Amino acid sequence: MTTLKDLEITYDKPNWCPGCGDFGVWVSLKNAIVQLNLNPWEVVLVSGIGCSSKLPYWVKTYGFNGLHGRPMPAAEAIRLANHGLTVIVVAGDGDQYGEGLSHFIHAARRNINITVLVHNNQIYGLTTGQYSPATDMGEKNKATPVPTVEAPVNPISLALSAGATFIARGFAGDNKQETELLIEAIKHKGFSFVDTMQPCVTFNHKNTFAWFYERVYKVETKNHDPKDKTEAFEIAESWPLRRLLKEGEKEQIATGIIYQEERPTWEDGIPQISTMRLVKQSIENIDINSILDELI
Amino acid sequence: MMQEMKSAKSGPPSMVDFQWLIGGEAGYGIMTVGAIMGKVFTRLGLSVFDYTEYPSLIRGGHNAYYVRASDEEIFCQKQPVDILVALNRETIDRHKHELTPQALVVYDPNVTKVESTEFTTQTLILIPFLELTKQVGADRLMINTVAVGASIALLYNDFSVLEGILKDIFGRKGEKVIALNVDTSRAGFDYVVKNFAGKSQIAIQEKPQENLFIGGAESLALGAIRAGVKFAAIYPMTPINAVLTTLSAYALKYNIVVKEPEDEIAGVNMAIGASFAGVRSIAATSGGGFALMVEGLGLAAQTETPLVVIEGMRPGPATGMPTWTDQGDVRFVLHAAHGDFPRIVVAPGDCLEAFTYVMEAFNLAEKYQMLVIVLTDKYLNEGHTTLKISNLKSQISNYKIDRGKMLTDEEALKETDYKRYLFTEDGISPRSIPGQQNGIALNGSDEHDEKGLYNETSKMRTTMMDKRFKKLDAVAKILPPPVIYGDKDASLTIVGFGSTKLPVLEAIKWLKKEGISVNFLQVVYLNPFPADVVLQILTGAKKTLVIEGNKTGQFESVVREKTGFVFSNHFRKYDGRPFYPEEIVEKVRSLL
Repeated sequence: MTTLKDLEITYDKPNWCPGCGDFGVWVSLKNAIVQLNLNPWEVVLVSGIGCSSKLPYWVKTYGFNGLHGRPMPAAEAIRLANHGLTVIVVAGDGDQYGEGLSHFIHAARRNINITVLVHNNQIYGLTTGQYSPATDMGEKNKATPVPTVEAPVNPISLALSAGATFIARGFAGDNKQETELLIEAIKHKGFSFVDTMQPCVTFNHKNTFAWFYERVYKVETKNHDPKDKTEAFEIAESWPLRRLLKEGEKEQIATGIIYQEERPTWEDGIPQISTMRLVKQSIENIDINSILDELI
Repeated sequence: MMQEMKSAKSGPPSMVDFQWLIGGEAGYGIMTVGAIMGKVFTRLGLSVFDYTEYPSLIRGGHNAYYVRASDEEIFCQKQPVDILVALNRETIDRHKHELTPQALVVYDPNVTKVESTEFTTQTLILIPFLELTKQVGADRLMINTVAVGASIALLYNDFSVLEGILKDIFGRKGEKVIALNVDTSRAGFDYVVKNFAGKSQIAIQEKPQENLFIGGAESLALGAIRAGVKFAAIYPMTPINAVLTTLSAYALKYNIVVKEPEDEIAGVNMAIGASFAGVRSIAATSGGGFALMVEGLGLAAQTETPLVVIEGMRPGPATGMPTWTDQGDVRFVLHAAHGDFPRIVVAPGDCLEAFTYVMEAFNLAEKYQMLVIVLTDKYLNEGHTTLKISNLKSQISNYKIDRGKMLTDEEALKETDYKRYLFTEDGISPRSIPGQQNGIALNGSDEHDEKGLYNETSKMRTTMMDKRFKKLDAVAKILPPPVIYGDKDASLTIVGFGSTKLPVLEAIKWLKKEGISVNFLQVVYLNPFPADVVLQILTGAKKTLVIEGNKTGQFESVVREKTGFVFSNHFRKYDGRPFYPEEIVEKVRSLL
């Protein structure tokens, strides 16, 4: 049985700001691994660059901390090379919705069986607070002379249209729900995506824990059927807004499993790995003489 | 009866040494029939080299396919054309000046109009290509197939070799397709036999076949397959497309996962991911795609993930001339990086070397946990050549997989305090792969300590940088020295790298027949650079000439930087075309 102690790193501990939402996501991810009883050496956490992407340093599984925006292609290939592994991408909104947006779309359409956990704090924290592709319209900070007029990326709508087969939104203020979402995401056969609202307590003074507590609701409480793609789109489009808030209006932010479907995975369509994982296949003495015959 | 061919320009006399050229509009199967001709000559036991020129278009535009064949060993194309097959008028206009006085000009008089005064010494071979396709019930697009049959009849008196090749090529498409192709080409063959017997001065005498016929990009792909490549992520780009398509063609047979990523950035990060996970992987691209990969190269270096990247040069910058050749990325591949990191750069000079050095690249990458760039170009990748089967087979059987310090599952299990970046004598640390119990580690792009944990202390940064570069010192010790071709005490030493080897060797062969002794120093490994040996050879040379395919003498400046040697002469070309042996012969003559 895998325990939380098995996942513990003894020579270092997280250096996120006190109260950072990343702590909650960190705890939830470890809980999910334990509850799924995954062998730590068969889990690979693949991250990009940013506060959240440091998470793999503090979980005792295999880790690959790559480039900003590029954890997705590395993770896809890790999975194809060894589909016995549980591959989880841990990245931020800058990674996934800025620098690496196209990789996100392509991985989703391929339906590769990996889990993508985005810590979405709607800001660039590590570089001390510039606006991100997920920043709400009308926010002003040190990188914008005037309030931003850019509509934010809508990660849930994007994932739906890209063909992701498991789409959820979590909140770093609800570890129990986040753990459950991650368990379902990892169990899901195909591309699973958990956009997690994770307040940056140092630089995002708008989207705080308190702000979210007043706005989040669980989709299951409104009898949402995750198989209903039309309803999923409606929920997705309800927030973030591509306009400024009206006088007296208050956002409603859906959390929980918003969409789930079954579709063949990328791996399913690759006969080269149907009987044996790529990494297990011998490469000794490969005979290419029959190819030479074709060249004569 | 064999007759002696007299070369129009500076080529030496030989029993049989001719160049056949077919030209026409893109979309008329010029590339297909060119390759068939190469195969026919290969089966007849000749030494063959082919070279193509085409624009970056699918239809329209001019395609030209040169096939040179000889009964002695040849290394490249030459300038004069002995047989021109013109599928349209444009071909005649473009290539008329390349013809030998005795050349044969083959065309369809119903399609192409030729003035009676245009050719004074050449022989015109008028063949109603279109009419012949109609007679056998073939589509008009098959005039290329008629042309092949007709061309063979001008050179060789037996149709059966061509017939055998057509059967092999179209075998999978069924009897009907085979029959149509055979009938169509036989129509061309028979027409020539009936109407133009004895018009050609060239008569191929069949020799025992010792060769196969292979392209540069195919050789790269085959080397990778032999070396056990299991994963390839390649975004299409000329001139490495045939690496992708060849790997793809054999993907199921050899269980290789071959994927087209969304871009080269994804490509290189995928190759790195697969390699981190424990399989041999490859990325390939040209200069533009390589530019996108640059950040990934540093990632491979920093995480010490083995990585093999093929770079096929073409003329830049930007889109440049996508389907032409160039050697202008030397400095780029040597330095592409932010920050300092070690890398191996190897530049194969011909198909056999492409095959061999790619195989070796995989061993080096894993043994030294390092980036290996295989630097090629359009001329090498898209040209085909005969290659001695026995040479290739001995390379295949001599190859031993060396995965370096990659841990087996059993070894990993014995680890009690595994350190991914353990300091060692040679700088190389034992490498675990995901899935191995007790090998758990984080491979990170941050500067790190032996465990892999981020670390920014002055001491660790310096020690870890030194550790990574120690590996390059270790590589330098085991790389084979550069190769010298030709007489030791030649009156001139030519220095170059990559595919210029081909025209240089051809030129040296011709010059030797004139009694001029020239040798060639081929630098295969551009990094780590074999400075001591190169300097020793250069200082001992009577005269030096550096040849390369770029404007600013990038290679020359690298040699000077590494050795301090100042060349007295250089020959540079940057028009998208390869060097021709005639040009090199002329340059050498001017210096001696």
